[in-house]
Amino acid sequence: MSVLSIEDLCVTYSTSTGDLRALRNVTLDVPRERIVGLVGESGCGKSTLINAILGLLAANGRIDHGRILFQGRNIAELSADELRAMRGPGIATVFQDPMGALNPVFRIGRQMINIQYRSKLSRAEKANRAAETLRSVRIPDAEAALKRYPHEFSGGMKQRIAIAMALMMKPAILIADEPTTALDATLEVATIELLQELQRDIGCSMLFISHHMGVIAELCDDVVVMYAGEVVESGTTRQVFLQPRHPYTRNLIRCDPARQHTRVRQLPTIPGDLPNLRSRPRGCIFAPRCEMRKEICEEPPPQDVSNGHMARCHLAVEH
Amino acid sequence: MLYYTLNRLALALVIVSVVMLLLFSMIYLIPGDPAAVALGPRATEAMREALRVKIGLDQPIWVQFWNFFTSAWTGDLGREVLSDRPVAAVVLEQLPFTMALIFSGVGWSVALGIPLGCWAAVKRNSLADHIVGVISVAVIAVPSFVVAIYALLLFAVTLRWLPAIGAGESGNFFDQLVHLILPSLAVGIGWVGYIARMVRASMLESMGAQHVRTARAFGLPESRIVYQYALKIAILPTITLLGVGIGQMLSSAVFAEIVFARPGVGKLVYDAILTRNYPLVTGTVLVTTVLFVLINLLADLIVGMLDPRVRSGL
Repeated sequence: MSVLSIEDLCVTYSTSTGDLRALRNVTLDVPRERIVGLVGESGCGKSTLINAILGLLAANGRIDHGRILFQGRNIAELSADELRAMRGPGIATVFQDPMGALNPVFRIGRQMINIQYRSKLSRAEKANRAAETLRSVRIPDAEAALKRYPHEFSGGMKQRIAIAMALMMKPAILIADEPTTALDATLEVATIELLQELQRDIGCSMLFISHHMGVIAELCDDVVVMYAGEVVESGTTRQVFLQPRHPYTRNLIRCDPARQHTRVRQLPTIPGDLPNLRSRPRGCIFAPRCEMRKEICEEPPPQDVSNGHMARCHLAVEH
Repeated sequence: MLYYTLNRLALALVIVSVVMLLLFSMIYLIPGDPAAVALGPRATEAMREALRVKIGLDQPIWVQFWNFFTSAWTGDLGREVLSDRPVAAVVLEQLPFTMALIFSGVGWSVALGIPLGCWAAVKRNSLADHIVGVISVAVIAVPSFVVAIYALLLFAVTLRWLPAIGAGESGNFFDQLVHLILPSLAVGIGWVGYIARMVRASMLESMGAQHVRTARAFGLPESRIVYQYALKIAILPTITLLGVGIGQMLSSAVFAEIVFARPGVGKLVYDAILTRNYPLVTGTVLVTTVLFVLINLLADLIVGMLDPRVRSGL
């Protein structure tokens, strides 16, 4: 059974200028002890997806179709207390911005002890556990670090503290929302390795969200590609990277700066802009930017699956 | 924290010194001869000259300022004209009444303003939020002397629940407390509105911060997130605002003390102005200024204690 499975999820925000359909028919699966990568450019609905999973959608957002199952239970049917019990020990999250993720006016130790509020341990034991976890993410002098405030750490250290906090929960699944975007390249590699190592130690599943293709290829077992609130392609990392079926995925891989071997004046991009989510086209969402566009693309695309490799495209390449 | 404290303290000393300079220039620039004013119309020129020499008006201006400056720092604010008592003693005698009034006013504004602001922020855009908003703006808009007069009419004259005038029997704490209710409400009610607005705005800001999302993602109870994680940050600008607010409450205290016929620094300075008792006016202004600077110093130190980023000068 999957730890987390999302079935045909549609999320809509009601705004003063009309309904904004942020997610449409999103289906994805995070199996036990696997790392699933979620790729997509800014505005593709990644944050909405995380908030929906955590039950933290903004007041004007609603799930109007589909289900989110965490360990087989539909989170829409959980009470507020059950949801709160799930956040942390069930699903732990590392957010994108390490600078803002910690409360600036409380010591690290206090914050790490506070999140253990469910545990029956004494305060001193909780502090010990916090220090131990900090050591496991290689924070030097962990006991002293507990007495310091967030602003006394660098960005990379803060991100490791945020990771430590998430792992201290020993979650069933870790959601990492672009955990390396705010870090420089050296720290990025170190952070990825750390996440990989800790995921193996704890044996949790992970949903890793990034727009960095190289990192996804390195870290993940499966990949889900999102575009404008829809899953356009999903499969194993091998399938998606070696034999991409959707034109958008092929474009993303083509545009990865790491793949440029010769000096170019301008890095490749996908021409055009994200569609307006208030008035979605009836047909394929990517069609206006697609170089393979045909007449049939005006019709809603099928979800074409072969060997567990899904592509939502009329012209999906067969391999 | 030590560096931060010393820094604030030095700043406070500089501010007090500048105020002294301004105050001295004001006295110097007031038209008319202080000696003539002090002695009245029937004094002879010889008497005036003698007084001028006695209080140092024959000295060059910088010597006069230096004398004023040094004696003020040592607590000597001169003698008042009517009873010839030391100004410092007269002011200090009245100061506790005003302090009690101001701090009760702060008490009202904090005890009502902070919970109302939090409540409005948590129930954002609900009916409760709008009602708190309207009430806040209303109490900010009404001048404190109007509140004082109507509160007096309603609670003391019509309903006869509370005493109308005076500070209460000396030594009887309960009686003094009862006498404090209406004047302090008049002084503090506007600030209930200011603080509720301020707390609401900064609570909304800190509730929307990333770290609040983190706290929620760890399943922390909402009450702890609101009243611990978000409030500790939201309260910081309110403390600074209160420091400034106490300055304004000092001036509302003048009205409150006159309307309720309470003793206090406000009443003292009002009477001193009416009787042209200039040494008493300057002495009172100087003492209240020092008080205001000290309170702001305290507000800065409290913010420094609560916010580690301020301490380390970020």
